[in-house]
This record gives sequence, structure tokens and C-alpha cells, in this order.
Amino acid sequence: MILTKAQYDEIAQCLVSVPPTRQSLRKLKQRFPSQSQATLLSIFSQEYQKHIKRTHAKHHTSEAIESYYQRYLNGVRENGAAPVLLQLANEVDYAPSLMARIILERFLQEHEEAPPSKSVINSMLRDPSQIPDGVLANQVYQCIVNDCCYGPLVDCIKHAIGHEHEVLLRDLLLEKNLSFLDEDQLRARGYDKTPDFILQVPVAVEGHIIHWIESKASFGDECSHHAYLHDQFWSYWNRFGPGLVIYWYGFIQELDCNRERGILLHACFPTDIVTLCHSVA
Amino acid sequence: MAAVLESLLREELSVAAAVRWIARSAQSSEDDPREAAALSSLRPLRKEFVPFLLNFLREQSSRVLPQGPPTPAKAPGSSTGLPGRSGGPPRGGRGARNQLFPPIEASSATAADAPSARRGGRRRGRGPGGLEEGVSGECLPWAGGRRPRSSGSPSSPSLARSDPPNLSNLEEFPPVGSVPPGSAGTKPSRRINPTPVSEERSLSKPKTCFTSPPISCVPSSQSSVLDTSPWGHGLPSGCRSLQEEREMLRKERSKQLQQSPTPACPTLEPGSPHPSRTGHLTAQPADPARVSSRHRLELVALVYSSCIAENLVPNLFLELFFVLQLLTARRMVAAKDSDLEPTPGAVGCLSHSQSCVLLSLYSVLSHLDKGTLKLLAENERLLCFSPALQGRLRAAYEGSVAKVSLAMPPSAQAVSFQPETDNRANFSSDRAFHTFKKQRDVFYEVLREWEDRHEEPGWDFEKGLGSRIRAMMGQLSAACSHSHFVRLFQKQLLQMCQSPGGAGGTVLGEAPDVLNMLGADKLGRLRRLQERLVAPQSSGGPCPPPTFPGCQGFFRDFILCASSFQFNQHLMDSLSLKIRELNSLALPQPEPSDEDGESDVDWQGERRQFAVVLLSLRLLAKFLGFVAFLPYRGPEPPPTRELQDSILSLRSQVPPVLDVRALLQQGLRARRAVLTVPWLVEFLSLADHIVPMLDYYRSIFTLLLHLHRSLVLSKESEGEMCFLNKLLLLAVLGWLFQIPTVPEDLFFLEEGQLDVFEVDTVASEHGLDSMPVVDQQLLYTCCPYIGELRKLLASWVSGSSGRSGGLVRKITPTTTTGLGAQPPQTTQGLQAQLAQAFFHNQPPSLRRTVEFVAERIGSNCVKHIKATLVAELVRQAESLLQEQLVTQGQEGGDPAQLLEILCSQLCPHGAQALTQGREFCQKKSPGAVRALLPEETPAAVLSSAENIAVSLATEKACAWLSANITALIRREVKAAVSRTLRAQGPEPAARGERRGCSRACEHHAPLPSHLISEIKDVLSLAVGPRDPEEGVAPEYLEQLLGQLGQMLRCRQFLCPPAEQHLAKCSVELASLLVADQIPILGPPAQHQLERGQARRLLLMLLSLWKDDFQVPVPLQLLLRPRNVALLADTRPREWDLLLFLLRELVEKGLMRRMEIEACLGSLHETQWPGDFSEELATLFNLFLAEPHVPEHQLRACELVQPNRGTVLAQS
Repeated sequence: MILTKAQYDEIAQCLVSVPPTRQSLRKLKQRFPSQSQATLLSIFSQEYQKHIKRTHAKHHTSEAIESYYQRYLNGVRENGAAPVLLQLANEVDYAPSLMARIILERFLQEHEEAPPSKSVINSMLRDPSQIPDGVLANQVYQCIVNDCCYGPLVDCIKHAIGHEHEVLLRDLLLEKNLSFLDEDQLRARGYDKTPDFILQVPVAVEGHIIHWIESKASFGDECSHHAYLHDQFWSYWNRFGPGLVIYWYGFIQELDCNRERGILLHACFPTDIVTLCHSVA
Repeated sequence: MAAVLESLLREELSVAAAVRWIARSAQSSEDDPREAAALSSLRPLRKEFVPFLLNFLREQSSRVLPQGPPTPAKAPGSSTGLPGRSGGPPRGGRGARNQLFPPIEASSATAADAPSARRGGRRRGRGPGGLEEGVSGECLPWAGGRRPRSSGSPSSPSLARSDPPNLSNLEEFPPVGSVPPGSAGTKPSRRINPTPVSEERSLSKPKTCFTSPPISCVPSSQSSVLDTSPWGHGLPSGCRSLQEEREMLRKERSKQLQQSPTPACPTLEPGSPHPSRTGHLTAQPADPARVSSRHRLELVALVYSSCIAENLVPNLFLELFFVLQLLTARRMVAAKDSDLEPTPGAVGCLSHSQSCVLLSLYSVLSHLDKGTLKLLAENERLLCFSPALQGRLRAAYEGSVAKVSLAMPPSAQAVSFQPETDNRANFSSDRAFHTFKKQRDVFYEVLREWEDRHEEPGWDFEKGLGSRIRAMMGQLSAACSHSHFVRLFQKQLLQMCQSPGGAGGTVLGEAPDVLNMLGADKLGRLRRLQERLVAPQSSGGPCPPPTFPGCQGFFRDFILCASSFQFNQHLMDSLSLKIRELNSLALPQPEPSDEDGESDVDWQGERRQFAVVLLSLRLLAKFLGFVAFLPYRGPEPPPTRELQDSILSLRSQVPPVLDVRALLQQGLRARRAVLTVPWLVEFLSLADHIVPMLDYYRSIFTLLLHLHRSLVLSKESEGEMCFLNKLLLLAVLGWLFQIPTVPEDLFFLEEGQLDVFEVDTVASEHGLDSMPVVDQQLLYTCCPYIGELRKLLASWVSGSSGRSGGLVRKITPTTTTGLGAQPPQTTQGLQAQLAQAFFHNQPPSLRRTVEFVAERIGSNCVKHIKATLVAELVRQAESLLQEQLVTQGQEGGDPAQLLEILCSQLCPHGAQALTQGREFCQKKSPGAVRALLPEETPAAVLSSAENIAVSLATEKACAWLSANITALIRREVKAAVSRTLRAQGPEPAARGERRGCSRACEHHAPLPSHLISEIKDVLSLAVGPRDPEEGVAPEYLEQLLGQLGQMLRCRQFLCPPAEQHLAKCSVELASLLVADQIPILGPPAQHQLERGQARRLLLMLLSLWKDDFQVPVPLQLLLRPRNVALLADTRPREWDLLLFLLRELVEKGLMRRMEIEACLGSLHETQWPGDFSEELATLFNLFLAEPHVPEHQLRACELVQPNRGTVLAQS
């Protein structure tokens, strides 16, 4: 699903200040029935993350944390079964999972001698039954299962999606009889930067030489693409030459502007692959 | 000097003798005693002759050439300067570079001189015309046998007066037909004369090229029409009236009177090298009949060309350029009347003499590229003056295949990551490794930005990138990181800049491979097109200063911006090493083969290899010179002698960055000058002003000068250097001698020590020098300024531009004599000697093949041992370790100790490596040799070659293995131990055997991510908050679990984290089912699952847990307070499903009774509402009371009897 910048902007416009709940997603799908759901979800998730990055700091001032904690305490004192934490997050326009983390951290600070380590927090978020307070455990769990942009479950889904597309890509490469080295093999050999696949024999796609292929199970918007360019794609180019990026959930058309320089974008596995022919003399 | 010329002109002296005299200080027996006598008196001035001659010729012709001639010959200013001349041109100055386009003489004297010289000639010396008297001085130096005022002085001021007319001054020399400057008219009108179209340029029209013979002379009608030349009296046509002449003289005078320092002549700007002369000015047809003083001119031309031939001039191509410049001058000048004494004033302007010179340079010309040859062959003037030369040039053109492509190099790619040098093991620490990883990316980021921006106006390297570069360099703390970065830098430099001119300025990512895929035909066309588009219009005249074109500029600016001492030092080290390495690279030996075609194939490769090495060396040396002399470089030499001396004494202490003198000497001795000298020239071209004065470098210059002199092109004998090799050396040396930092007098002063020169080339008779390794492409690539000749000629021909392609000239190698007797190498054994001897009489390709095979097989052998023997040992180590762990318990003890135990057991097996290695080499080498050698190789030769390859490969492999096998095994075992121990930790179950799907599976199961997402939605619905209408259908839940099972059995897309989350979610789902917390779609009354449905779903889950999940399922979650508390919320509480689930868990062996009991026990610790605690205690008791009966009975009883849990709940 390749969108023009204008199309993308139209969708992004509708996502301003929408909470990351399944209800929001449902509405979004109704609003843009022609777009694929995965693309919409990906765009939504990215837009929401941008929003969170922008506002992250203000939720982490000590005043904010204290105020949230007090509101939480008051809320659960009134009714421990009510979705106190989730509502709090929605009210202050912050991701429920992240709000859960703030409150959990604050809670642990109060109840344990030593400040909680990150790994302890993460582990409790993954398995809220480890949280010593039953009410908080339920509240946290509720936040996590209701958050469709953050949290361990969402992270796992994203990871799974990424992995699935890598597997898909690997199968396609095998099917096309293109030999490659995958990330693990590259890492084992001590490569410092590892695209998903390095082709052992380069191919050409639409007249462009391809040495490596990176699979991205997300929508390529400006922000993420530039970050990827900086952290990954150019680094791959710097080491392995030109390559191909597949944004399985589409990308903004205008971003495909580095073809001549050696970074080609695609929204699916290319069909017109030209391979090196060994003529038999 | 004039005296010598005069002797020549009087024929007292033969040209040959004069040249001999110039070339050698000592007299030769060939010399006629009379001649010797004539010359001996002039002896002290001998070495001043050439600079004088060159300067003289340029002086004489400076007016003809609108863009000014390239000046000499850095002739010592003192000897050729023109002291007597007040208004003389600002000659001398700094080196030739500054004089390349010297200001057109602009003083009053000059302006006045021009016509006077012309008239002077006509009126025989001091004519009656008083007008000129005051201007042209006392005498015309060589006129009428009159001796120069002081024959001993080379700087006779009178010489200076003999300037040629300023022919480019349209006011002075308006085209005939234009309105003469009348009394009122101040400016002559200019008119555009039609360009003469000569049929002579037949080569431009391929259709007529082979059918119609060239018309050998310019049609007379044309010449009369176009005869606008202001040639002097005695010329039949085009004479102007006396009236006109007077008018002009008057103008001259008025100009002289109102003298100002601004140029009086509207000459073209000196800075514009090739003005569009074709459009505005008409080329004048030449007419040999009009040449005056032919004999004298010929003499001068002869001396001049002899000097060129003997390499007495510093720069061959500069002279050639000069001559061609004259040939293509738009206007021609009549020098003098034939019956009068010749004024030397227009010596250089005469095409005839030019063609004499050109004729003598025919051998050089014929080796130029095809395009230049074509232009020369089509030159009408040349045709007029020397049809013979023209004919030969035409023949040379037709025979030439030396097309030179000036295409830009394909744009570079990044240096690829090489695990051997770039992986973690090559760095001192993780930090250094990751720092370098970042630096590589910053480096390319900077490079890309430079690519994008450097041509934007106003963009500045320092401003744009400086701080980023320095920040990056600042991070290179460890020395090791510096060397890594330098390696990257150097490789990138070579990749980007090595190809022609190093001026690849195109887009970075434009892969040349793409072009290759288009096929050869399209590729050729594309290349030509590209060439036309991107070929630089001018590379800065025939003698440009050293520059860093294209991408080289990036690297230069990077070095400057980084201004890092460490970086520079590492770079110099690295460059020096690489230069040494490449310089000593074994390059092609001639194949003693008489089948030309066959060896031709090899030679293409050989020559290509040579070109690559040579170009790399030049690039590296240039940068080495740049960095090495960077701290000393300044715009000017030190101002005072004292300062200079102190700098000299200081600098002479400093050892050279690379012992280039030794390398040069070696190169000369080994007859590899053709490889060594071009890069040395690049290195020296970047030296500072002091360098040539240092003893060390002075001796290098002396060597180079001697070499230069010895490269006489006409000498062609056995063992002599190949013509194009010589030409290359002459071109680069000539260029070097014109570099501003090289002292002007160096070339002429060192001359005196010529006799000392004795190169000992006995050691190697057959070095590279005598092999045709240089072709035109390489020549033009190394010396792009030679291309200026073509541009010059092309600018003469309007509108035609030579097409050139990328064809490489095929040159059949000359056969050479067999290798001479070489002393046996005592250091090596007899076998080695025999092997050497074996190779001696075989083609060199055989040796290379064998060495190559041995090298590769040896290396492969090591890899093979690693993959087989070592891998097997590692496997053993792993199983030993497992045993150890089993016997010693989970911990297994100290890893270091474990490693020691394992290594002591395994390392002795390393000895097998040598045996296996030998076997490997034995097995693999012969086949490889056989595949690579020609089929027809005699059996004996083949088997010897195979055996040598085997032994060399074995030697190599075994040497490495015996030294490293133990360390290698140790390292691998160590890695395996830490791997095993690590894997031992958190997830022992995950290491169990992984069942994949069956081969028939088509992987149609839903994706894990989809299922997690769906289950998450169910969980979120169950946990709430939810809208009243939300819920799930029971069928959907069954379907979901069914899909989960499918997916878990397929596993194609499943990764462990996803499976773990799914396992956890499934347990959560079970808890919700047990607590009946899942909202069911349907009428509000039936918002709960039916019991039977719930059990079915639980059974499905149980089966998934038992059979399909391969990760541990966190079933204990079911009995965590949080999950059990779900039951507390339901009213009425229903325990039967939980009890059912717990029993099934035990029954299916998913949990042990003990485990469940422990979990239930710990539930008591939690604070529960009173009634809930009681119920929980009852459940606990019920579960404990379950008899340990066989499964079947329990199940049967379950199904028949009413559920006890239900009873309990209802009670």
C-alpha cells in the first residue's frame, strides 16, 4: 500500500489525540475502509508513538507523577474494581501501559526500600501477578491488555509481525533460489551491522543493484524512514552497497527518492528480479 | 646565444654539432674541429642556450597567439631576461605556471614595436622612416649579418625589440575589406568573416573519405577572397594602400604618446584559454609560397626540434602544444621579405617551420590518440606546408586504434565490510568496535553530504562538515581505531579516485553494474554519451598545477578539516606501506610466445593490471606527498637566504617519510621506471619549496633529470624502453619540471652533471620498461593535459568534435630474448631451485597459476580444517561438557577450570590437522591446476605444476596449522563452553528438540501475531471496560483455539517470544474461563458461557498445552492470587471448572500434584474476604482428598457423577 504524502497526511490528520484503544481502531477502519487494516494500524501506532514522544517529558515530571499517583490512590480507594488507571491514562492523554509503569514504579518506590530496577518493573509488567498489590496488579493488567500501542503484549505482537515477515521473505528468497546470509549468520561472522539478508550474489530490481534486503513490517512514514536510513539503511549501504527495503505495510511514495543512490523501497517482494546469468560457453 | 644561432644561420655550424654541443659539455670526436672552435668560445653559455631559445621562440610568437603562449622552460630569468627593455613583459616571476598565460605585452613599447618590427623587416633595418627609429631601437639583432652588440651577452637588449606584430589586434590589422580607419573613424568595424570550408576535412565525412582523394591545396579563389593578411610588401595580393599604412602608423604613434599601462591592444583575456575563435575570426589559409626566409627558419626549426628530440627541453608536450598553438593561430604573419635579412621576429609564426618541427615529432604525434590524429591529419595548414607529414599523419590516423575515452570513472561504492579485518576480534574493546562502527557511518554520511552539496554555490567544506569530522576524529581514541579508520579512508580513496583522472564527480550510488547489464552495445553508447556530457572542457592548459579533481577534493579537504596529527601519521604509514607493496608487486613478464593472438588475450589483462597498479600508486603517492609535506607547505619560498639556510639545516635532519630515493634507484635498476617514476612524480609534485633544495630530494631530481635526458624517443633498440612508456615518463617528468615549487633553474643547472649518470641496469635486462605496458588510454589518464592538444586542434576546427570510444588498443607484445643465466639462489633448497628453474622456461602465467592455486588451496585447507576437525572437536567438547554438567550438577564448576580440562583432552587431537591438511592439499590442488592451465599443456609440465602446487599449498597450510591449531581449538572450545553455559541458564526446555511442521504443510495457519492480537482483544474484553454490546461468540473462541493449535503445529512463522506470550495468554484465558469472566455475545440474560462449552474450551487448551506448546506454559499462573481472585468476583462462585482443570492438569501430567498443592497452600498467605477463604480451603481439601486412582476411572467417574465442585459451590 503505497500512499502519497497527501493521502498519508489525510489519515494522520484523523489520528490526532485518539486514545490507543480497540474502539479507536474500529472507528478508524470505518473511516478508511479502502485502506488495509494492517496499514492503518501501523500508521496509527506510529502516529501515536510520535505523539507520546512529544509529550513524554511532561508526564514524567515529579509533580505529574505525584499527581497521577494520588489520583490513582483516590480512585482505587473509591472502587478498586473500576478501571481507574486506564481512565486516568485516557484523561491525561497518555498511553495506558506507560501510565501503568509510572504508577507501578511510584508504588514500588513507596513500598520497597531500594528503588526498583528496570528489569523488575519490566518483569512485573509482563506478568502482573508478580505485583505485590492485587488491586494494582489488576489495574496494570487492564491497562496492558487495553493498550494497542504500548506494553509487553504489543511489543510481542510487533516482534512477531517482524519475525513473520522475515520468515516470509526468507521463503520467497529460497523459492527464487537466491542464496543469502541471514542476520544470525552475519552476526556469527562478526558483522557490526546486519541487514535481514545479504544476497551472496547480487540481483537487480527495476534496474537497481541489490546486495541486501531489509524487511520492515511497518508502514514507512517520514519519521521512521529517516530514523531507519540513519541507523540502518545507510549503514548497510556503507558496508554492503545498494539494497532493497520492503515496507510490507506500505510507505509514503515520496520517500522512495534514494533509488539512484542505492536504497530502493518496495511494499512487497519484487516480482521482476534480474539475476546474474552464467552463460555456458 | 644569439651567436650560436648566428653561426648556424651562417652555416658555419651544423645543426647536429650545435645540438651535440648543447647536450654534452665535453666535445665529441664527431665534432668538426672548426665547429668545435666556434663553439668553444661560447662554452660557458652552453647551458643557457635552450632556455634562451625557448624563451626567444615564445617572445617572438606571443602576439600571434591570442591566449598567449605557454611559456618556457623555466629558463633562468637572469640569462634570458630582457634587462634593457623598459617596457618588457613581466617575465620571470614565479614558475612557468604563473606564466602560462602571461599578460600580453601591453606597454607602449610593445604596442609600438609590433608594427615597427614588421616594417623594420620590410625597410631593411634602420629604414628611413624616422618614425620607427625611436621605437625599434638601435638594431635588429640578427639582421644582415650584423653581430649583436655584444656577442658574449645572451641578453642583448636589442633582441627584445624584435617583437612580432600584434596580429590579434584588429585595429592594427583589420581584415581586408573593412573600412579603413578614416579621419573620423576611431574604430575599425569588425566583421565576421566566413569560415573557410575546406574540402580537405574529408575525414569528417566518412562517405567521401574512402572515395575521393583529398584535394591537396586550397582553391585559389578562396585564398584570394580570404586573403586578408596584412603581410608585408612583396606579397602580391592584399596590399593596402600607402594611405592606409600611414594612417596606421599615425595611430601607432598616438598610442605610444598617450601611453598608459593598460593594454593598448584589444587582445583577448589571458585567462580564457580557448576563446571561440572560430566564430569570429577567420582562419587564414596558409600559403607556403609566401613564407619568407625559408632557409633560416628551417634552421631555427631544426635546432628547435633537435633540442626537443634530445630531451633538452623540459617539457616535450609543452613544446608540442606551443607548436600546435602556432599552427592553429588564427592569423599568420609574414615575417619578412625574402630578399631582406630575416628578422627573427616571426620565426615561430610560420607554419612551415612548425611543420618542420612537427615532422620531426612525427613519432610522438603518431602515438597520440586517434581523435588528435584525425584533427591533425585534417589540418589545412599542415597540408599546405607539409603534404608529406600530413599524409603520414593520415596514415597513422587510419591505422590507429588508440581511442582514448575520457569518460568519468564510474562512481564509487562504499568499502565493503570485511569480517576478517572488521569484526569484533580486530578491536581492543567492545567500545572501540562500536565507536568504529559509528565512525564508518559518520564518514559516509559526511561523504554523501559532500556529494550532494559541494557543487552548491556558497557551500563550504569546513563550515558544512568540519565540526562533524573533528568530532568524529575526536572519538578515535585508541591507536588501533585510527588504523582501522585509516584503512577505511584509504580503501575508499582508492575506490573512488583511482580511475581516470580521479575526477569521479557523479552520484555516489550510480552503480556501474547497471550499465553492464544493458549489454555491451548500449553500454558503449551510453559511455560515449556520458563522456560527452561530463568530460571536462579544460583541465587547465597543457601544464596544470597539481590539483585534487573530483572526489580527491573530498579526501584532501577531509584531511585538512580533520587536522588530526594521529590521523595524518597513521595515514602516512598506511599509504607508505601500500605504496611499497604495490611498487614491488610482480607485474607481467613477457610471454615468449610467437602466437600473437593467444598472448594478446593475456596482455589485455596484464596491461589492465599494470594500469590499475600504476593509477593506484599515483593516487596514493599524491596523497602521501600531500600529507607528508602539508606541515611545510606555504605559498612562497622563505624570503631570505638566512631563513632558508636555517630551514634547510633543520629539514635535512628529518628522515623522509618514505625512502623514495631507494625506491627510485631500485626501480631504475630493475628497469621498472615506468611504474616507479609516475608515482614518484605525483609525490614530488606536492612537495614544498624547500624540498628540492634538500640534499636527499635534490639527488632524486638529479636522477630524474638524467632519466629524462636518457629517454630519447628516436632510440629504439633491443632492451630499450617502449615508446609509449618513454612518452609517459617524458610527459610526467616534463610536467613535474613545470611545478611552481620546483626551482626554475633546476632543469638547466643539473644538466652539467649529466655524465655522472650511469644507471646500472645490468641486474635485470627485462624489466617492465621494455614491455608495452603503457597504452594511450593510460597515457592520457595519467597526463590528461596531453588532451589539451586535441582541444586546441578541435577548437580550430569549428563544430566538429571527435568521437571516441572505449576501445583499448591491442598491442602485440614484442618477443623478447630468453632469460639470462641467473645465479642460483643459495638460500633455498635444491627443490626450490628446481622449481624456479622449471618456471623459467615456462610461460609466466603457469607460475602465476601455480602460485595462485597453492595460495588458495592452502587457505581453503585451513578453512576446511576449521569446519571439519575443529568443529568436530568443538562438538566433542560440548558433549563432554554436558556430561560434566550432569555429573557435577547444574552449575558444573568454574568455567575456566572446565575449559582447561576440555582443552587438555582435545588439543592433542590438533595434530591430526597436519595429516588432514596434507591430504586436503594433495586432493584439491591438482584438479585446480589442471582446470586453469591450457588443455594442451604437456603432461610432464602439468604433473610438475601439480606437484609444485601441492607442495606449496601444503607448506602454506601446514605452516599455519602447526603454528595456530592449538590456539584455534582453544578459542573455539572456549566459545562453545560459554555458549553452552549460557544456554544452560534460563530456558532449558527451549533447547529441547524443536518440532517443525511436516513437509506437506503449506503454512496456511494463521500468523502468530494475528493470534496474539486476537487473544489480546478477548482478554481486554474480559477485563474491561467494554461497551454493553461487546462480547465474543463461543464459536469464535473455539475457532480461535483451533487456529492456535494449527499455528502451533505449523510453527513456520513462530518465534519463541511469541510462543511464550501465547502460552501466557492461553493460561490467562483459562483463568477467565474458569471464573466465567468472558462476556458472551447474545441476549443479556445469557452473557455467560454454558458449562459444557467452557469445559470443551478448557479441554482444548489442555490439549494445546500438552501437545502443541514447545515452550514451558506458566500454568502456575492459574493459582496465583490475582487469577484466583477472579473467582472471588463472580456470584455465585463456581469452583467446579477450576477443580476440573486442576484434575486434568494432573491427569495429563502438565502439573504434578505436589506443585498444585504447593500453589494452593501459598494461596492461604493472601488476604481474602472471609467467605472466600473458607471456600478456598474447601477446594484445597477436596483436591487433596482426590484418591490417586488410575486416570480412566477418574475420568469416568467425573463424567457420571455430578461435579463435586458444583455441589460445593452451590452449598
